Amino acid sequence: MSVTNRRGSARRRLATGAGVIVLLSLLSACDREQRRFRENPPSASPSNVRVSALQPGTVVDTTHVAGPYDNNAWAVSEGQRLFGWYNCSGCHANGGGGMGPPLMDDTWIYGSGPEQIYNTIVQGRPNGMPSFAGKIPTPQVWMLVAYVRSLSAQNASGARTSRSDHMMMYPGSGSLQDPAKPQQSFHPPASEMP
Amino acid sequence: MARCGPEASYCRRQALTFVTGMRLVVVLSVLPLAAACTREGKPEPPREAAAAALPASAGPRASVALDAEDGQWAMPMKSYSGIRYSQLTEITPANAKNLKAAWTFSTSVMRGHEEPPIVVNNTMYVLTPYPNILYALDLTLPGAPKKWQYEPKPQSEAQGVACCDVVNRGPSFADGKIVFNTLDDHVVAVDANTGKEVWKTKVGDINIGETMTMAPLVVKGKVLVGNSGGELGVRGWLKALDLASGKLLWTAYSTGPDSDVKIGSRFKAYYPKDRGKDLGETTWQGEQWKIGGGNVWGWLTYDPQANLVYYGTANPGPWNPDQRPGDNKWTSAIIARDPDTGEAVWAYQQTPHDLHDYDGVNESVLLDVPWKGQTRKALIHPDRNGYVYLMDRMTGELLSAEPFGYITTSRRVNLSNGSLEEVPDKKPEVGKVVRMICPASPGTKDWQPSSFSPRTGLLYIPHQNLCEDEEGVEANYIAGTPYVGMNVRMYAGPGGHRGELTAWDPIAGRPAWKITEKFPVWSGTVVTAGDVVFYGTMDGWFKAVDARNGAPLWQYKVGSGIIGQPITYRGPDGKQYVAVMSGVGGWAGAIVAGGLDPQDSTAALGFAAAMKDLPDATQKGGTLYVFSLP
Repeated sequence: MSVTNRRGSARRRLATGAGVIVLLSLLSACDREQRRFRENPPSASPSNVRVSALQPGTVVDTTHVAGPYDNNAWAVSEGQRLFGWYNCSGCHANGGGGMGPPLMDDTWIYGSGPEQIYNTIVQGRPNGMPSFAGKIPTPQVWMLVAYVRSLSAQNASGARTSRSDHMMMYPGSGSLQDPAKPQQSFHPPASEMP
Repeated sequence: MARCGPEASYCRRQALTFVTGMRLVVVLSVLPLAAACTREGKPEPPREAAAAALPASAGPRASVALDAEDGQWAMPMKSYSGIRYSQLTEITPANAKNLKAAWTFSTSVMRGHEEPPIVVNNTMYVLTPYPNILYALDLTLPGAPKKWQYEPKPQSEAQGVACCDVVNRGPSFADGKIVFNTLDDHVVAVDANTGKEVWKTKVGDINIGETMTMAPLVVKGKVLVGNSGGELGVRGWLKALDLASGKLLWTAYSTGPDSDVKIGSRFKAYYPKDRGKDLGETTWQGEQWKIGGGNVWGWLTYDPQANLVYYGTANPGPWNPDQRPGDNKWTSAIIARDPDTGEAVWAYQQTPHDLHDYDGVNESVLLDVPWKGQTRKALIHPDRNGYVYLMDRMTGELLSAEPFGYITTSRRVNLSNGSLEEVPDKKPEVGKVVRMICPASPGTKDWQPSSFSPRTGLLYIPHQNLCEDEEGVEANYIAGTPYVGMNVRMYAGPGGHRGELTAWDPIAGRPAWKITEKFPVWSGTVVTAGDVVFYGTMDGWFKAVDARNGAPLWQYKVGSGIIGQPITYRGPDGKQYVAVMSGVGGWAGAIVAGGLDPQDSTAALGFAAAMKDLPDATQKGGTLYVFSLP
């Protein structure tokens, strides 16, 4: 085999490799969230939010309000920053909990829906969750909601924050991209109330 | 020896131990530790106790003045000296194997039970964690039925500002009243006979993050209480309330100007580093001392002759040390005060500008020690930073400070100037992960109290063997929320075991023997004149060991992990009983009590990472267990 031939096959391999890389990046880009250039900040608080799944007799409705930022990568990453900024991480750690309950598992005392988490943050809860009404602006609360839901993989994977530069919190990847995806239940057993 | 790192002061002294040919029992017990020093970061499989049947202290012993034994247990420490020693002798190493459960009592509370029951006038008083229910049980009747219960009904929101589970470390009996603190910052006095509230005084505010978990000490008609909240930027204080009325008599802060700290003309620090005007203010930047911690959530002891109370202050806030330049006085310090006026008489800061959450709140047990031909009135204090401090309790002079666990964060305590010689490489920084910080933030030993036997001359220290990684992050102060600024994850220290019971010889300044445990030994210990030590494990074994050599005598599996303080008393039938609370939780057990998710290695300020297997080993739920010989 001549030198030229070897070089040629090397070039071909390189070209194929480059093609694969381009393809891969395109494919992964398909997974990204769509984002408009202008986003009106959400100003409204959700109404008629249920904190109980029990609706005596006929079930009127079971739908959740969509979080305005649920699939917005920028807002989720802002939510992550605010989660530290407002000391949420002081109680809930990086999702595993501490003084407060974990947020990355399948146990949701007051519901895992965006509107339920929103109300938990704003109203507070009597077993220890402080009320942040009047302390955190509404759009930022929704960013926190989006980030909190990402901890248990409840929003689109493309919107979730990527590998953190901090100390690796999770085994393996050190990334929030693929946390365990627990089945979301509405309520824990009553004995689990903290 | 040469292979021990420069920071491994513990290795050096173990090597010396070999050279001087100490007793076999010491050599056996230090072998795993010495071996571990050459293998930093590679934990060995768990080991069992290396206990040998040899007498404990052969040389001169520390002693303590004992009151006549009344068979009761009227305050968590039993006596002002804090020795947790009972003169009852019915249970011995020979018969302990016959111990049987006598009766049990459910507290109906699911969180961590760090408290001891107390026993006065044939009544047992059991105080629960939040919601701080006080039960009175009649010991004169079979099965000890309930006489009454008192519910202070603390604000449920207080649970949200309790750093490390909603624990309570016990009630105290004085002058016909049971006195205790509630999680939502009330001090309560209840009539011991009727269960009726005598007074209830609010002394703190949950909206700035204050809670109360410590056991009050009653001295000369004054109830001494302190606050918790070092993880929420709460300024620490000790307050005195009038036992009769509940009226506030004085407040002594741990930080701020001398007038607030109650440092006046009587104050004399032994070491120059602790001398100066308004150090509680000038060793901080600006007004950081107002949110700087130094809380008083641990143990107080009292010397009636000197009329001084001794206690330690907690860590400075936030944990991130770069945000609070200076020595941060008087956090992580030992303070001696006159209980009548609150005046400070001396203070010693064992960990200036704390880097790793090394609170100074552990017990200062009051002993008299033969020291270089003299008898010194001393206190012995096993600190979070890994050293057992032996100090002259009249002056604050250091007699010795020797490591009782594996330490990488400091080289030694310099006895000539009182300084802690830290290892600069182990200082946590923002944006940098520092590894193999030993001991971890809960320290070589946390709140769990030691006991001392004048018969063996040994201090029985329950503690942990943990190391950690730390990464500083910026902390924002928002009142009533955590003010920490540190990512932490903990793991077992050298040897791979996470807990130890160390029988410490105060004079020699080294362990007489050690028992290793899989999980941190988060329970207190109690020792008796029968030469039996009792303690519990987080996987639910209540154990009796021989006080002289650590030989296991008996164990009993209870319903939930033990983090409480065992006691012993004489029942109305004349028999000796041993009692302990079962109910896992606390900082170490938060993973079970709070249902935390260990996927996140920083859960529970990093403690959950070291306790991933605890949920498989125990369930939560509070129950009192009482044992006796048949």
